[in-house]
Amino acid sequence: MKKRMLSLLLCSAMCAGLLSGCGNASSAEVLNVYNWGEYIDTDLIDQFEEETGIKVIYNTFDSNENLYSRIQTTSYDVIIPSDYAISRFIDEDMLQPLNYDHIPNMKLIDEKYTHLDFDPEQKYSVPYTWGVVGIVYNTKYVDKADIGSWDLLWNPKYTNRTAMFNNSRDALGIALMYLGYSLNTTDKDELREAADLIIAGKPVYQGIWMDQILEKLPSEEIVAAPYYNGDAVTMIDENPDLAFYVPKEGTNLFVDAMCIPKNAKNVSGAEKFINFMCSTEAAMANWEYVGYSSPQTEVYNELDEEITSDPLYFPDITQYPTEAYTNLPTEINQYYNDLWVDILT
Amino acid sequence: MKKFFKNFYLLLIFLFLYAPIVVLMIFSFNDSKSRRLWNGFTTRWYVELFRDADILHSLYVTLLVAVAAAAIATVLGTIAAIGIHNMGRRAKAAYLTVNNIPMSSSDTIMGVTFMLLFAAIGLDKGYLTLILAHVTFCTPYVVLNVMPKLRQLDKNAYEAALDLGATPHQALHKVILPEIMPGIVTGAIMAFTMSIDDFVVSYFTAGTTSQPLSVVIYSMTRHRMTPKINAISTILFLIVLALLIVINVRQSRDEKRREAARRKGAMQP
Amino acid sequence: MKKSFAYPYGVWLAVFILAPILMVVVYAFLNADGGFTLHNFSYLPGYLPIFGRSFWLAFLSTVVCLALGYPMAYLMSRLSASKQSLCMMLIMLPMWINFLLRTYAWMSILENNGFINQFFRSIGLISFLQSHFGYSLDYIPLINTQGAIVLGMVYNFLPFMVLPIYTVLIKLDRKLIEAAQDLGAPTYLVFRRVIFPLSIPGVISGITMVFVPSVSTFVISQMLGSGKNLLVGDLIDLQFMGGAYNPHLGSAIALVMIILIFICMWIMNKFDDGSSEEGGLLL
Repeated sequence: MKKRMLSLLLCSAMCAGLLSGCGNASSAEVLNVYNWGEYIDTDLIDQFEEETGIKVIYNTFDSNENLYSRIQTTSYDVIIPSDYAISRFIDEDMLQPLNYDHIPNMKLIDEKYTHLDFDPEQKYSVPYTWGVVGIVYNTKYVDKADIGSWDLLWNPKYTNRTAMFNNSRDALGIALMYLGYSLNTTDKDELREAADLIIAGKPVYQGIWMDQILEKLPSEEIVAAPYYNGDAVTMIDENPDLAFYVPKEGTNLFVDAMCIPKNAKNVSGAEKFINFMCSTEAAMANWEYVGYSSPQTEVYNELDEEITSDPLYFPDITQYPTEAYTNLPTEINQYYNDLWVDILT
Repeated sequence: MKKFFKNFYLLLIFLFLYAPIVVLMIFSFNDSKSRRLWNGFTTRWYVELFRDADILHSLYVTLLVAVAAAAIATVLGTIAAIGIHNMGRRAKAAYLTVNNIPMSSSDTIMGVTFMLLFAAIGLDKGYLTLILAHVTFCTPYVVLNVMPKLRQLDKNAYEAALDLGATPHQALHKVILPEIMPGIVTGAIMAFTMSIDDFVVSYFTAGTTSQPLSVVIYSMTRHRMTPKINAISTILFLIVLALLIVINVRQSRDEKRREAARRKGAMQP
Repeated sequence: MKKSFAYPYGVWLAVFILAPILMVVVYAFLNADGGFTLHNFSYLPGYLPIFGRSFWLAFLSTVVCLALGYPMAYLMSRLSASKQSLCMMLIMLPMWINFLLRTYAWMSILENNGFINQFFRSIGLISFLQSHFGYSLDYIPLINTQGAIVLGMVYNFLPFMVLPIYTVLIKLDRKLIEAAQDLGAPTYLVFRRVIFPLSIPGVISGITMVFVPSVSTFVISQMLGSGKNLLVGDLIDLQFMGGAYNPHLGSAIALVMIILIFICMWIMNKFDDGSSEEGGLLL
């Protein structure tokens, strides 16, 4: 009897295998893309596959640190890290210089977002999106008087109803900005002070999360949390009671850009993919899906002024101080990790 | 009264075990991405599921790895059990101690050790690493299920077969294997189930092109889960449930028939 | 001749179980440049609270699993054969839904606006507490607590407690129990003096199979806990796959963990009389 059960199980397994196996002919050219979660219009991948015949293997990560440890042991063709991670990868010689002859659409990228500190010669990266960190809050529960500053995240009035980032650089970054220090400080005392500030905030937070915030804010499990403006758009779509502001103390300007790691196996495919994502049509579709500000000039020009002047879509970075992350010395990176474990102990 | 309490207790435990499953099955029909707010009935996630090549591919990886790992583990484990059975006391104890390690050690630590090993020998993470790791934690279950059957085996049966002119090969096939078959089958089923259920070891050993369903689900739980995952789990669950019910009904029918036959036999003079 | 049948598996065990453990030992004593160092272990005293928390939560979940699982196994072993196989089936069946998903569904049940709190609100429990006891929240905190983590562990590992105990109980010699009853022993005494002592091998493997995965889990705590406090599993995950990428430190933590688990298991086995050569792990 049991024998029959096993054979039935195996049969159903085989059927399911055939069912899905047929779409994956192993001879096809394969491209490994590693991106942030929820950070691409997946229809674009299908379109790219159709146009080029390249099979895209798409995987996601949820922090630059996560990406860093993953690419130590796994080979990807295109990765989309943030600024400071890119500068770290460049320092550690993990990226290939790009051949812009094969990426003609690079000329469509606004120069405001190129040659920044993390890749001063613009040799290794093609900007994908940019944005700022701010606070997403629920207008039903948060008093108007309490908004405007980072101190909302330390306000005991909202105990158990806010959240903090679960990633050392962003979390400590918020504390550093609140304290008025540089995001790229290498002063251990300043960092220690920032870590202590987060420890002091722990009783206020319901949790220390990354992407779970995306779900907990619209479902009103929490009423305020830091997040990127691009994701704020999605959350506000889901729950119109939510709103977004950039704290007056200043914030982090980030640029996420496409790069090709040294150990990539399909460089020409990677170039095609990057070029495809920079085309006006793809960049527009992706902007509509992802909600993050696009560095592509034609996208900006084609959009209504109503949108391009909305701080949610295209934040006005002249109104408050902004700073981009750069790579930190190994010793400070290690110190960040020690502080982080300390915070969570 | 006492019986009522006993049944009530079992019922409560099963309620506990099945409550989240009911929740996730119901929300596979929810007409929104929310996993908590009901928004009306829909079957669209089931339709979309069959268009989602990534999820189907991860299901394929899961099943492929489970079938391969269970098959290898069954052969390897059965042969090993026969060998261990015939060993001296000390060698046997040593084997069984090491054999017990994967079952009684934590999967997190096991996953990490595999990751270090594969990195050290320069093996890229992929199907091969996944299957090797799964075989390693599945085989002990086969060994442990086959061993007791070997102990029950009449020691003289094998020798008798040889005396009667069977080759060792024939003796193994005709005498030993049929006797220990129930243990092999249980071991194989357990190996298959353990492989399907595994997440942690796969998380540390899967490559990018070979992510099983559990790893894909994990990356989704960290931001947003698509109800398509609920849909695919509901389908899998119902298939297994149906299979098990059929088996169970047949089994109890066979039992009754045998019982009836026995009674009939006893009545005859 | 047939002894040699075990050799291929012996090689397998050496390559995939012993060698990796050896690698952890080696890695733990190396620095990033490959030189010998004890530096990795210097972090460990600072991690004491994390180890303490993990062992405490795993201990709690093991106790709860035993308290819930033993009666369950006992009741099951008393059922008719067909009901027994039905129960077995019902216990194994949830494993076919990935445990991440089942744990994820617990989030919906336990959240502050989740199903349980919605239920409490609809029966007026919350407003009753608010008006009569000055309760200030509009929900009962369930998720993001240590209780939620223990619940997640119990939920996931309960079958591993029930199955080994059940296996031992159905193998018990009925005649022993009947003999004790014939001698006039009351039910509770029969249980205490006969049934429970004989089922200890099953209890011990149950405890092992619940405690060890509980103490090193990282997923359950990430989903049902607040993420504000790390467990050892999170710490290891952080070193190997997460932000802190430092496999040497991760190996040192894993090594200490392996040693601690071995010590716990060794103490546990002292309670076993050693009669069950192959343990009660068999299902």
